[in-house]
Amino acid sequence: MSFPWAREYQPSNGFTRFLDEKLPLPRLVYNAVGAGYPVPRNLSYFWNFGVLAGVFLMVQIVTGIVLAMHYAANAQVAFATTEHIMRNVNWGWLMRYAHANGASFFFIVVYIHIFRGLFYSSYKAPREMIWLLGVVIFLLMMATAFMGYVLPWGQMSFWGAKVITGLFGAIPLVGEPIQIWLLGGFAPDNAALNRFFSLHFLLPFVILGVVILHIWALHIPGSSNPTGVEVKSESDTVPFHPYYTAKDGFGLGIALLAYFALVFFLPNALGHPDNYIEANPLSTPAHIVPEWYFWPFYAILRAFTVDFILPAKLWGVIAMFSAILLWFFLPWLDKSPVRSGHYRPMFRKFFWFGLIPAMIVLFICGGAPAEEPYVMLSQIATAYYFLHFLVILPIVSSVEKPEPLPYSITEAVLGSDKKAVLGENTTPAV
Amino acid sequence: MADTTATASNETVTTTEDGIRRRDFLDVAAIGAAGVGGLAVVYPLVSQMAPSKDVLAASTTEVDVSAIQPGQAIKAVFRKQPLFVRRLTPAEVAEANSAPLSAMRDPQTLEERTKEGHNDMLVTMGVCTHLGCVPLGAAEGEVKGEFGGYFCPCHGSHYDTAGRIRKGPAPTNLEVPEYEFTSDTVIQVG
Repeated sequence: MSFPWAREYQPSNGFTRFLDEKLPLPRLVYNAVGAGYPVPRNLSYFWNFGVLAGVFLMVQIVTGIVLAMHYAANAQVAFATTEHIMRNVNWGWLMRYAHANGASFFFIVVYIHIFRGLFYSSYKAPREMIWLLGVVIFLLMMATAFMGYVLPWGQMSFWGAKVITGLFGAIPLVGEPIQIWLLGGFAPDNAALNRFFSLHFLLPFVILGVVILHIWALHIPGSSNPTGVEVKSESDTVPFHPYYTAKDGFGLGIALLAYFALVFFLPNALGHPDNYIEANPLSTPAHIVPEWYFWPFYAILRAFTVDFILPAKLWGVIAMFSAILLWFFLPWLDKSPVRSGHYRPMFRKFFWFGLIPAMIVLFICGGAPAEEPYVMLSQIATAYYFLHFLVILPIVSSVEKPEPLPYSITEAVLGSDKKAVLGENTTPAV
Repeated sequence: MADTTATASNETVTTTEDGIRRRDFLDVAAIGAAGVGGLAVVYPLVSQMAPSKDVLAASTTEVDVSAIQPGQAIKAVFRKQPLFVRRLTPAEVAEANSAPLSAMRDPQTLEERTKEGHNDMLVTMGVCTHLGCVPLGAAEGEVKGEFGGYFCPCHGSHYDTAGRIRKGPAPTNLEVPEYEFTSDTVIQVG
């Protein structure tokens, strides 16, 4: 996007002039993340997480390609080559731990990114397409992370692969053929491991492609901001560079400190010890759980225990997938014209005292064994989750009385001194 | 269909009453042929992921059951999946026969799940019908669940002494694969 006051790119020397006439790549960068891209001046640190997600995608791609140079996708040797990476390959331990914990950090920043969007209604017009592409990225991330976790061929890898492909087996009629097709056999084996490796290599580049569309879509209306009030004048914005390159750089520094603290000092804290046992098709670990970032959705899957028209197993699968798929409809479920949760008293209460506790309960229950009280808790939380998006949000958005919005972003930052804000001779354009 | 013929200076265009020209059929035919070609490309690309010939050639498995004492079970491998062979004690047989069928999710008698004359020999897949984990209870000292048969640790399904689902999320009984007694002490599975 370009606001009329966006600075224009000026090639500074012969080479950039040459380039600007033939293939204006520097101009593209200047207009995308340089001084040619004005951004709201009031973005909080919650607006750092898009950049962080992009950085962690690159961390995963780089360390992933390195690991693929030493890993062999064969059930006989997969576990051994992973240990070979840990013990023999120069810095192999660092690459593996960086990749494994990189996945966790990718999900941490993306969950914060998503819930930022939910609180500030960043999905609302004119930003629906950014949101829809984001949900696609999230689905691709989940598929990619699942297949990556299978590759070391430990116990959790094997049984995770069995349970997750078993989800498709719940579909009536075509389910079992689909599961057999996905696995290339009747149980996870070489065929499954081999194709998961291939797809785990492919999907990050698909994600990268959708991320480019995501950023493109963002640059049409420009960033949202904590007030939810659109940009009205030049004083509402600052150029992306150097203001937000510096702020994002600072945020990145903090994130990398946390990330490397984990990689260096607690590299296995987020993993599961059973995955250091080689896959055994004849014995299931007593407590099998997916990686932590799947827990909320795994809890929804397990919350369905009673057959009702359809088998409980199928209900669980339908609920788990629709828990994410319903995000696609969010821009049309939330009808309130006000974006930011800061000015929506009812929405704010349901967000902080409804949705967030429900997510925390689902997260805890997903990691806990399938026994009481966790089953009942996850049933209540699952019910609330769907109620929140399908019933509460549409009703709240049509009945609540929003609090008064600031006139502009600048007013929200500097107060309502219109002269100071707009200059001596300017009249508001309302 | 009455064709009307319009003659231009140097070409003849045939048009039906509703304005469809014969050459419009060329578009349909060309797109149709391209569609068939596209499907012919997609089919092998999808089908290559289905089980390959060596996987499909999964042979039958022979299991010697002579050494299994009443109350014991062994785990064999059939098509790369665990197979439970259990010799039931008289008490377990009695328990399986006395359980009320009406209360079961997937009602089946012990007789229907075993071979004639070998009602104490329970042969089932060791694959939970929920999401495919291996239930506990076959090996010595493992939890057998509330009904004395098998217990799946993944999501808490309980199976009784006949391998029937009695509690938990699994929809059906443990699958009894096709098998037969080739002699008094050997079964052939598959």
